[in-house]
Amino acid sequence: MQAKTLFEKIWDQHVVQPETTDTPAVLYVDLHLIHEVTSPQAFALLRESGLPVRRPDLTVATMDHSTPTTPPGPDGLFVFSDGQAEEQVRQLVANCAESGIELHELGTGSQGIVHVIGPELGFSQPGKTIVCGDSHTSTHGAFGALAFGIGTSEVGHVLATQCLLQRQPKTMEIQIDGQLGPGVTAKDLILAVIAEIGVGGATGHVIEYTGSAIRTLGMEERMTVCNMSIEAGGRAGMVAPDDVTFEYLYGRPEVPEGLEWEQAVESWRSLASDEGARFDSVVSLDAADIEPMITYGTNPGMAMPIRGKVPALNGNHSHEQALGYMGLEPGKQILGTPVDVVFVGSCTNSRISDLRQAAALLEGRRVADGVRMLVVPGSQVVKRQAESEGLDQIFRDAGAEWREAGCSMCIAMNGDQVGKGQYSVSTSNRNFEGRQGPGARTFLASPATAAACAISGCVADPREAS
Amino acid sequence: MSRPPLARFEARFVVLESENVDTDQIIPARYLKGTSRNGLGAGLFADWRYDENGEPRSDFVLNQPHAESAEVLVAGHNFGCGSSREHAPWALLDHGIRAVVSTGIADIFRANSLKNGLLPVVVDHATHGRMLEAGSGSVTVDLEQQVLILEDGTRASFPIDPFSRHCLMNGIDELGFLLDQAEAIAEHERNVSR
Ligand code: SF4
Repeated sequence: MQAKTLFEKIWDQHVVQPETTDTPAVLYVDLHLIHEVTSPQAFALLRESGLPVRRPDLTVATMDHSTPTTPPGPDGLFVFSDGQAEEQVRQLVANCAESGIELHELGTGSQGIVHVIGPELGFSQPGKTIVCGDSHTSTHGAFGALAFGIGTSEVGHVLATQCLLQRQPKTMEIQIDGQLGPGVTAKDLILAVIAEIGVGGATGHVIEYTGSAIRTLGMEERMTVCNMSIEAGGRAGMVAPDDVTFEYLYGRPEVPEGLEWEQAVESWRSLASDEGARFDSVVSLDAADIEPMITYGTNPGMAMPIRGKVPALNGNHSHEQALGYMGLEPGKQILGTPVDVVFVGSCTNSRISDLRQAAALLEGRRVADGVRMLVVPGSQVVKRQAESEGLDQIFRDAGAEWREAGCSMCIAMNGDQVGKGQYSVSTSNRNFEGRQGPGARTFLASPATAAACAISGCVADPREAS
Repeated sequence: MSRPPLARFEARFVVLESENVDTDQIIPARYLKGTSRNGLGAGLFADWRYDENGEPRSDFVLNQPHAESAEVLVAGHNFGCGSSREHAPWALLDHGIRAVVSTGIADIFRANSLKNGLLPVVVDHATHGRMLEAGSGSVTVDLEQQVLILEDGTRASFPIDPFSRHCLMNGIDELGFLLDQAEAIAEHERNVSR
């Protein structure tokens, strides 16, 4: 039998109609995640066409992008930043009720960022095809699932047919061997990968991360890595399931039990890429070479080691535009640049291990004067866990704000935003112009680096703060 | 849902030289709070088009006289990267853009564009370079022949998925094709649950 990659195995198992020269493949979707921002027009389309939702039982909804992260008032009501956001959320509630879709609503114990709750409730499992109208759906690939973001028209297609029209993408292996140094995290690893291959480097490809450095990562770290696959242009990112995966999943609400669990694990084990399976392209990195990373520009590929120097102008218009926007001088370090805001959160770095990482540095210390630090857990489950460990108290004692779960300052749709011209160190995934608010200047970094920056009040090396 | 068939058209083009233009620039997140797909042109490139008082910035290409009535946008490499928001092609279409030309277009944006009748055109560096240099002008987009024809007669072929091309040229929505697969889909579901 021909050796197959993890991706090819999952793809083949989900092809309802194979592709031909004239038509794309019809691919079955096992799990469809939806949220308030990219679904309303899709439900409207179904309504206009008189179509029902085919598999509400394979669809799961949450609200996260435009929801407030401040607790509800004494009346139990949440205060939205504006009426439009509230209306969007109201429509999601109505659409889910009408179609019988499970909704993890604001104010309930399971609400959170779609890419945080999928894994933690056990919906995201090896071998599944998972889609969502959100580019960071690649996160779920950490489980050895084929997970990718789709547009709203496609959300409509999946609601109506549970299928998508897809051409088979190419595959790319990103092999990372060796060991990460002290103070170097999964976030630094993926920023280093994107800096290496570029923001369009994996366009048209599904990435599989392999190598000893990936194997030693925990599930939450693997999620951080897969999450940012899209920032390299990748269609999806995946890691083959192993004992780390199974241990994480065992006992979660949506995961099978007993004999079914045993059978599931057995079949999940067979998903790993076969010996000798071929990838369309291969990139190798040595984990030992990776340092704590920070971005200096306006896309995630414009990243460098934290002690590095901003690259010189090279006649490239976009490079010049980015440095102009960021207000940074070419050839200079950004270490020591004063920061205004520190944000720990987002589907990249808002899980319990991320909060522990930040708390470890902040314990017994203070956020520097003049710096606003916001800590936003990825879900209500993460929030409760952090509170049971006393992390919220560490953050509060340090002078940081401890919030309710949501996307918050990652996308600045809910009123949490960075001011014009302000510098923010953020654990999120996008440093695009205006992403954290009009005129906001974002440095992407790990939770450890973010915490170190909060303490020093300027861009700082986490290895010196611990 | 059907839309007017697309085959061949001649139009003015404008150039936005930046590379890696992400969908957050094409339409900032604050314009994503609506629940309809109409009227999004108002948010198109909002942070580049307008200053903080909402006044048009004269140095932004879409605000310049030659950009008026342009229906083709020529942009730098890797256009449409980032967020999966379909609001990006909706906003471009609402503004009157019918095709985007680049040397590389991000996957999700490309898929979203095709589903809405916005043509993603990937051309070779030489042709792209000529258009960047010209800054503006007229161009013929021929979907049937899959070729872009510049004013000086230069022809550049571009790839497009045959199925998407068929749908665009006949004004067909892809959902219809999927709905026709109902039997095969049900069969797959039976096999999985067995
Ligand atoms: S946290 Fe940010 S990147 Fe993740 S889903 Fe929310 S808005 Fe998107």
